[in-house]
Amino acid sequence: MGGRALASIRVCDFSGVLAGAGASRILAAFGAQVIRVENPANKGAWDVLRGAPPYVDERRGHNLGGSFNNHNVEKLGVTLNLQTARGRELFPRLVAISDVVAENFAAGVMERLGFGYAQLRAIKPDIIYLSNCGFGATGPYQPFKTWGPVVQAVSGLTHTSALAGQPPAGWGYSFMDHGGAYFGAIAMLAALHHHHRTGEGQWLDLAATEAAATLTGTAILDYTVNGRRTRTASGIDSNRDNTPSMAPHGIYPAAGDDCWIAIACRDDTDWATLATEIRAPWAADAALATLTGRLARRDALEAAVGAWTAAFDARALQSRLEACGVPAAAVQRPGERIDEDATTAAWGLWPTVRHTEMGAVRVDGIPVHASRTDWRIERGAPCLGEHNREVYGGLLGMSDTEIEELTAEGVL
Amino acid sequence: MNAPDAAGPLTDLRVVELCDEAGAWAGKLLADLGAEVVKVEPPGGNRTRGYAPFYRDEPHPDRSLYFWHYNTNKRSVTLGLDTSDGRGVFRRLVARADVLLEDQPPGRMAALGLDYADLAPAQPGLIMASLTPFGRSGPRAGAPATDLTILAGAGPAWSCGYDDHALPPVRGGGNQGYQTGCHWAVATVLVALLHRDFTGEGQHLDVNMHAASNVTTEAGTYQWLVARETVQRQTGRHASARPSAGVQVRARDGRWVTTGVAPRRPREIATMLAWLDELGLRDAFEQWPLLELGAALDHDISVAAMMEGGTDAAIYGAVRDALNFIAGAIDSYDFFVGTQRRNLQCGIIYSPDEVIDDPHFRERGFAVEVTHPELGASFVYPGAPYRLSASPWSIRRRAPLLGEDTRAVLTELGITPAEHAALRATGVV
Repeated sequence: MGGRALASIRVCDFSGVLAGAGASRILAAFGAQVIRVENPANKGAWDVLRGAPPYVDERRGHNLGGSFNNHNVEKLGVTLNLQTARGRELFPRLVAISDVVAENFAAGVMERLGFGYAQLRAIKPDIIYLSNCGFGATGPYQPFKTWGPVVQAVSGLTHTSALAGQPPAGWGYSFMDHGGAYFGAIAMLAALHHHHRTGEGQWLDLAATEAAATLTGTAILDYTVNGRRTRTASGIDSNRDNTPSMAPHGIYPAAGDDCWIAIACRDDTDWATLATEIRAPWAADAALATLTGRLARRDALEAAVGAWTAAFDARALQSRLEACGVPAAAVQRPGERIDEDATTAAWGLWPTVRHTEMGAVRVDGIPVHASRTDWRIERGAPCLGEHNREVYGGLLGMSDTEIEELTAEGVL
Repeated sequence: MNAPDAAGPLTDLRVVELCDEAGAWAGKLLADLGAEVVKVEPPGGNRTRGYAPFYRDEPHPDRSLYFWHYNTNKRSVTLGLDTSDGRGVFRRLVARADVLLEDQPPGRMAALGLDYADLAPAQPGLIMASLTPFGRSGPRAGAPATDLTILAGAGPAWSCGYDDHALPPVRGGGNQGYQTGCHWAVATVLVALLHRDFTGEGQHLDVNMHAASNVTTEAGTYQWLVARETVQRQTGRHASARPSAGVQVRARDGRWVTTGVAPRRPREIATMLAWLDELGLRDAFEQWPLLELGAALDHDISVAAMMEGGTDAAIYGAVRDALNFIAGAIDSYDFFVGTQRRNLQCGIIYSPDEVIDDPHFRERGFAVEVTHPELGASFVYPGAPYRLSASPWSIRRRAPLLGEDTRAVLTELGITPAEHAALRATGVV
């Protein structure tokens, strides 16, 4: 394995849950030193995932949350209470040795603590400061609170995930917590490049709802340019609908309980291939040979394809269709794509980390391999304050006595 | 807050993009942060120029709104890579670039003699990012895929859909499988760029869309990795190993809202009761006495108590019912703002067109005007996903017309007008 791309970068990281912690996680995987800062007074409980399920065994506690471990691998963990006088004296020293400060508290929280961008800039003029929240630092909804499902609802992502004649299905998880993390990482990395070039720091205001709204841009343009609204009488069918139009295009039943397969015929050739595999008189109908013809008979066509797929094992049919060049994918259960999918295994997508209390645990890997400075994920998330000595002693030069004293006072 | 006329953080970056629908979003993200992105298209145009919808519904290579959205700020150069002259120009284009971004099927770049191994010896600082469905190598490299099949196979679809499992899992709309791959491509291009800033070394990035969506499924993945539990899809809310109560309600005006997690603190329960009174709906909500009990509790209702049954569970059920009752009794926007002003995390389910008109998005300037001189018009585009105070995101130019920048870029490469004419005569550009 090669060098660490970001070994010279240090991030002072207040950000938690997935939308925040997921961003600095990417930097940490490529070698940045990310120092996760948590409040000892409530045992880091601001990050609701800290002690939350899933758990590896019967033990419970603030160091044993499975999702927290996933989102905070390769980070150092320190405690610091910004509501104490000595904590407020200490924090600027952390800022002074950091390239980036990141937070995803509700808008305005850091300003009220006296540590907004303007104040941190006074401490370190070239600091890069990421503020990541639901509606951003300004505007009428600035005080509003969000989590993934609310971000997705307000931004149009929930509405555009549905079957015809049904209410919105939305995203069955906090897709935009991942999205917020990705946009946050991109903003920090771009700002680091700008800093390398100009020596200048800056403030990054990331509103998850705005980031999410950029993800449905074509639908927005159809409205602003053509005046066409997204809500129509026929409704959304996001399994069928695609740009460009394809038919068949959908998720069809397969043999077994709650087993499904997605098939996309990109063009007439894909359809001809599929029709040959189906080997039934209806599939040979010349009227179906063109996309126009298939779209005109959409309901019957999709029903017939579904009746055909229902007899097959989803993954066997996937292999068969893929071998003849038609895009197909079994709707894989978590256990199937994690433990039985040869591609994710070959990629090394589920690395095992060592967590001080939880032991060996598998986590999400990185879906990119870099030829020279690849990622590394080996260390689990920090226990609360696990690296106080390393950071306050090793980096800030504080003595053991001083650290013990501050710990006893509730500062650390 | 943005410095006026300041340039984006990537203004010194030159990118060559050879992308169809899968990778164009990555090029846009880089271009909107200031990079010069040259999109190389076949002389007949990139196929996404033929994707609907079109301006005034008139199909035309310069009127695809799909192309408009995904290609802001880019320059367009037409170049036939099936000719050796075309490949020669491509090599010269890459030679002056920092990043080559491509989403071609595995093997195509090598067949053209334009793969990383071909280009890097002469240009060790080159960063090349290859976006493919399953990565450049491995068991399914080269297997065909679309956004639908990626999201179906990689986990997102398993978690999305309805309580009724007779209905299939749902793939969310808007190319999110492609875009997720692009987010990883851009983040890692920037990682590689910083490494090059520090060392001068370039590298090749193998970006795997199936893997990207696999690590973009939140609990779907870690519930299995940590506890070997399988989440099950539910209408409009988190897929879960344990069923949870419904959260989507159709408001009085017919639009849906999401009510999320109902409050469990006495003060918040009192707020709900007061809201019912304000609306004159206390008597219409028969469980109001339970809200009175809840408002008088000397403790918050715990998650454990909610599960156990008894008075606290009954109160919590009534609070949830009250939230849903109010949602159905007033208009969706009033519910959204009404809950949020009362410190409850609820949302309105907007369609994309409604987002751009929302007062908050308007006030923050999310809607940006982009001029289309060729049409003598300007249009509102979705704006910045992030605000960078010193080096702002911007749309400086609409998507390029087909081949709009070919002449200028060839001139920059030192190709003479006579050479250009010859390339044109042979159909290379």
